[in-house]
Amino acid sequence: MLRIAPTFEVRNPQTLDEALALLGEHGSGARLIAGGTDLLPNIKHGLHAPTLLVNLKSVAGLDGVDLDGDILAFGALVPLERLASDPAIRAVLPALADAASQVAGPQHRRMGTLGGNVCLDTRCVYLNQTYFWRSALGFCIKKDGTECHVTKVGKKCVAAASNDTAPALTVLGASVELASPRGTRALGLDAFYLNDGVANTVIEADEVLTRILVPRPASDRRTAFQKLRIRGSIDFPMLNLALAFNLDDAGFLSAPDVVVGAIAARPRRVKRLPEGKLDAALVDAFCETAFKQVRPLTNINGDVAWRREMVPVLMRRAFESAAP
Amino acid sequence: MKQLVTLTVNGTRETVAARPGHTLLEVLRYDLGLPGTKQGCDKGDCGACTVLVDGEPILACCTLAATVPEGAAITTIEGLAGPGGLDPVQEAFDRSGALQCGFCQPGMMLSARALLKDNPDPTATDIRAALGGNLCRCTGYTQIVDAVHLAARLARGEAVAYAPGAAPGFSVLGGRHRKADGHDKATGRALYADDISPPGMLHAKILRSPHAHARIVSIDASAALALEGVSAVLTGDELPTLYGVIPWTQDEQALCTDRARFVGDEVAAVCAVDEEAALAALDLIAVEYEVLPALMTPEAALADDAPLLFPGRKHGNLTKRVKLDFGDVDAGIARAHATVSGEYFFGGTAHAPIEPHCAVAEYDSRGLLTVTSSTQIPHYLHRTLSRVLDLPPDRVRVVQPALGGAFGGKSDPFGHELVAAKLAMKTGRPVKVLLSREETFYTHRGRHPMRMKMTLAADADGRLTALDSDILIDGGAYTSFGLVTAYYSGQLLTAPTDFETYRFDARRVFTNKPPCGPKRGHGSVQPRFAFEIQLDRMAERLGCDPIELRRRNDVGPDTTTVNGQRITSNGFLECLRVVEEASGWRARRGKLPFGRGLGVAGSTYISGTAYPVYPNEMPQSGVQIRLDRSGRAQVMCGASDIGQGSDTMLQMVVAEELGILPDQVRVTSSDTDLTPVDLGAYSSRVTFMAGNACRQAARALAGKLREVVAAKLELPANQIACGNKRWFFTGDPDRGIDAAEAFALAEATFGTLGATGGYRTDATLGGDYRGGTIGASPAYSFTAHVAEVEVDPETGWIDVKKVWAAHDCGFALNPTLVEGQIAGSVYMGWAEAVMEEHAFVEGGHNPGLLRGPNLLDYRIPTSVESPEIECFIVESQDPNGPYGAKEAGEGPLHPVLPAIANAVYDAVGVRLTTLPFHPSVVRAALREAGKC
Repeated sequence: MLRIAPTFEVRNPQTLDEALALLGEHGSGARLIAGGTDLLPNIKHGLHAPTLLVNLKSVAGLDGVDLDGDILAFGALVPLERLASDPAIRAVLPALADAASQVAGPQHRRMGTLGGNVCLDTRCVYLNQTYFWRSALGFCIKKDGTECHVTKVGKKCVAAASNDTAPALTVLGASVELASPRGTRALGLDAFYLNDGVANTVIEADEVLTRILVPRPASDRRTAFQKLRIRGSIDFPMLNLALAFNLDDAGFLSAPDVVVGAIAARPRRVKRLPEGKLDAALVDAFCETAFKQVRPLTNINGDVAWRREMVPVLMRRAFESAAP
Repeated sequence: MKQLVTLTVNGTRETVAARPGHTLLEVLRYDLGLPGTKQGCDKGDCGACTVLVDGEPILACCTLAATVPEGAAITTIEGLAGPGGLDPVQEAFDRSGALQCGFCQPGMMLSARALLKDNPDPTATDIRAALGGNLCRCTGYTQIVDAVHLAARLARGEAVAYAPGAAPGFSVLGGRHRKADGHDKATGRALYADDISPPGMLHAKILRSPHAHARIVSIDASAALALEGVSAVLTGDELPTLYGVIPWTQDEQALCTDRARFVGDEVAAVCAVDEEAALAALDLIAVEYEVLPALMTPEAALADDAPLLFPGRKHGNLTKRVKLDFGDVDAGIARAHATVSGEYFFGGTAHAPIEPHCAVAEYDSRGLLTVTSSTQIPHYLHRTLSRVLDLPPDRVRVVQPALGGAFGGKSDPFGHELVAAKLAMKTGRPVKVLLSREETFYTHRGRHPMRMKMTLAADADGRLTALDSDILIDGGAYTSFGLVTAYYSGQLLTAPTDFETYRFDARRVFTNKPPCGPKRGHGSVQPRFAFEIQLDRMAERLGCDPIELRRRNDVGPDTTTVNGQRITSNGFLECLRVVEEASGWRARRGKLPFGRGLGVAGSTYISGTAYPVYPNEMPQSGVQIRLDRSGRAQVMCGASDIGQGSDTMLQMVVAEELGILPDQVRVTSSDTDLTPVDLGAYSSRVTFMAGNACRQAARALAGKLREVVAAKLELPANQIACGNKRWFFTGDPDRGIDAAEAFALAEATFGTLGATGGYRTDATLGGDYRGGTIGASPAYSFTAHVAEVEVDPETGWIDVKKVWAAHDCGFALNPTLVEGQIAGSVYMGWAEAVMEEHAFVEGGHNPGLLRGPNLLDYRIPTSVESPEIECFIVESQDPNGPYGAKEAGEGPLHPVLPAIANAVYDAVGVRLTTLPFHPSVVRAALREAGKC
């Protein structure tokens, strides 16, 4: 069995202040753990060797859902399964519910949290392997090495953002609330994610993501989420896509937003999307625009040319879901 | 540095001193003595470790024990049954055949329990979604879904009677009885190798080569040995003897002495007080390698200037070449009305049982070695241990505990078993080796990649006149069963479809990859894939229905094939008829809208090999039965129950013959100290051979019982029958005595009661030519499948909507178990068709590195996307099988791959010839054909 190297101790703080204090005391050797479904396999693979694990799940009050105001608020510890199955959440944020319902398998969704999925570490077929395997391959930029097996020549890590909720939350205009001993800050997801596979968020070592805030979508805002995977469960995305747009009574589409994940270190926004009467030609234009801009890499399993071909397919299906 | 952790497990508060890095899985299994929670994948990819926390299913391997709240209610499989007996989920799984190997089932049952709490009447879709995080490798999920439906009914209070029934003329056989090991597997009490931890046990770890091909210049393990907690280190020079499952091709070493031949080849080992110390010690072993060029394809390995894996070997990198001719193939082709030629490629797949390999060795001061191992060949392992360790066979005992899936992947003697044994001998303490999931991929012995070229010829009447086949087999680094693979790739193709002349040229070649071996349907799944597509193409060429073409060329019963194999019973035509009718073939095939299609394929498989792997005159399977005045019988047999149900088969045969109920028969199997020799669970031999041996032994005892009952009732012995715990007069069943009384009478008359039985195949089977005995079997099973597919032209995904699978097993001793074998086979073949591939990394510093050797990257299907399977049992009553029975565990795998390929052709008009049919491959084929 893969064993966890005995490098750390575990603390179960009861309050956020306690958790923040622990992070502050231990500096970069400390890591937060909530669901553990991402962190523990990574530790087993030797990707992290923390000296302290701070269990966020023991902190009270981080699992609330507030759907009442103009800002919908989700505690970082809200289980993905709740997002997937709570009808009240689905009614207001169907794209987020669809994304959450397709994360991994049923057990992962019960353990895994929204905050954890937002902060999911980037993934790469050359990275998420055992220490022995990585040593046989040659270590890479992200951990223990200096080269990249994906780009061969690049000096920048291109491990892929593989969280399903990130594209959905991004097109929903969500922001995250980060607490630290220095206070609290809120950041839009556009500013939260970085295009760096080694560390693809701006979160500091002493910060805790406490809430995810989503502006209540206007009544004419349409959203959808699509995921490409081989199996109907468990799999990380080979590609995912979130779509949002306004659709007025006359069928005019405006303010479109498309974000694609499982491509690069951060969820990628498709630029220069058209507006206009929603018809087959407009959908085609969306597909073409996205296809031009999205170029999958070998960082994820699956033929890259095929994955690129699937961008317009997911786009079309997202439209069918958003505006049937 | 440990910390105290308090948990509430199955209603009891438990406090243990756990290291902070210990997962809930480790604490449950190793600290709290609750081994029912299983470890399959190491890291949250398989669901075997699922437990309930406050009623919610979670993964214990991705949960640190120290983070679980004290008050959280943890439920493991050991706590699922209440004071009133089994939970409805356990009862339903036990009844429905859902418990094959049983290894994934504790987690599966707990997920099912959580589903039923929220949803008392789930649909099949609900069930499949809820179980989507629990991988099963045996069942194809069909019987699991059935079991959850049944559990829901039981939980809602419906009275669903348990009524196993029996076939006409029998009191037990043909009944849908629970499995002999079902209760233990339903309750988590079945012990698998890693569940066994003798006191004082050490843990061993194996250092593996990071290079695909390298000369070992030196090994320095002194620093490892000096590490605190390390008891011993081991290098190959202490175990130099070559071994291999086939006596003629012994080319493996427990630990390499001079050369490593694939990434993952075993180089050195250590044992220490715990796994962590052993792992730390591995890092301290210094190995100097001289890296050699690696051979990644058989073509490269056969090149004139290719480096040799085994320098000095007479045939270089060619493991084995088999060239056989039957009749004048060139003439058969020359006079043909139509010929079809094609090239096909099978990429190779892994068994991926959910249980990783594990061995526990004990050596006592008298010099007795006991190895408890996850093996499906205890007898061959026994021989290998004796030879390599230089111990007399009477000093060696091999025990096979419950086995968590095998599929042929545990049918070689392995280096880690020898390492555990040697380290136990060196240290005098029990030693366990538990492989990680990654290591199981290196151990491999999976299905061989094959490149196949075939030309098939037919006359104007649609009679096949010739088959010419050329097969190039990628063997990986060692021979394993490769000698047999080379033969099987040609020898097993000559039924159920007959052709007048046949020629094949098969070459198995060494490459620097993990060694291939026997996977379910050994050697013949790949050529069967090619051949059945060839038949489909020929049918098209001739303007003939593909089922009709197969009918026209049916080899029939009581015949001899073109290569000299004796066929006895043959239910293939009935199999074809059944699937043709059930699938609506005539009305639908060729008439469905674009994207939807039907395809057919057939196959045959052996019911055991006629000859053991080492020549001898002794029984291939032996059985001993004893019974006494308690009314209970015990049957002992070396046969390996690997989840397929051979223990149940033995139990039912004894119960039938002795007039008692199956649960009055205790089964002791696969322990070389306690059971007569059986050669193991391979080549689909167990039901046929052990079944015959068991019937012989049971009938010897039944004769005695009949004699004493006849005397007691003052009737002729031929008018005495038995059943349902009674022995009675056939003319008046009320006139009789209880079975227990009959047993007591016999014991009083004859003394202590026991009998033996043995089976050995008729030594005249097979063709009269060199190699003619390989592929010879006392009986052949037959199968036909129709698959219905829906191809998504946008994504290239092949959605297999349904597979109708009809299998001629001769006679179904237990239809539930036969259906389980059929459905499990269909699932496994389907997965190889659409998903699974043993692939290698391109790039990096080392060629030959397996791509993603874990259960996340190597995808095995979940319940969600697995197809609907309808099983049909065809019974041709084999004259030599026990009660007419033949094999059911491997034959039904073969047709599904070509049936899907043929269905795709019907659906979208493209021929898929390279496996697996990844969506990208399908898209590329569609694009090339201008269909998308």
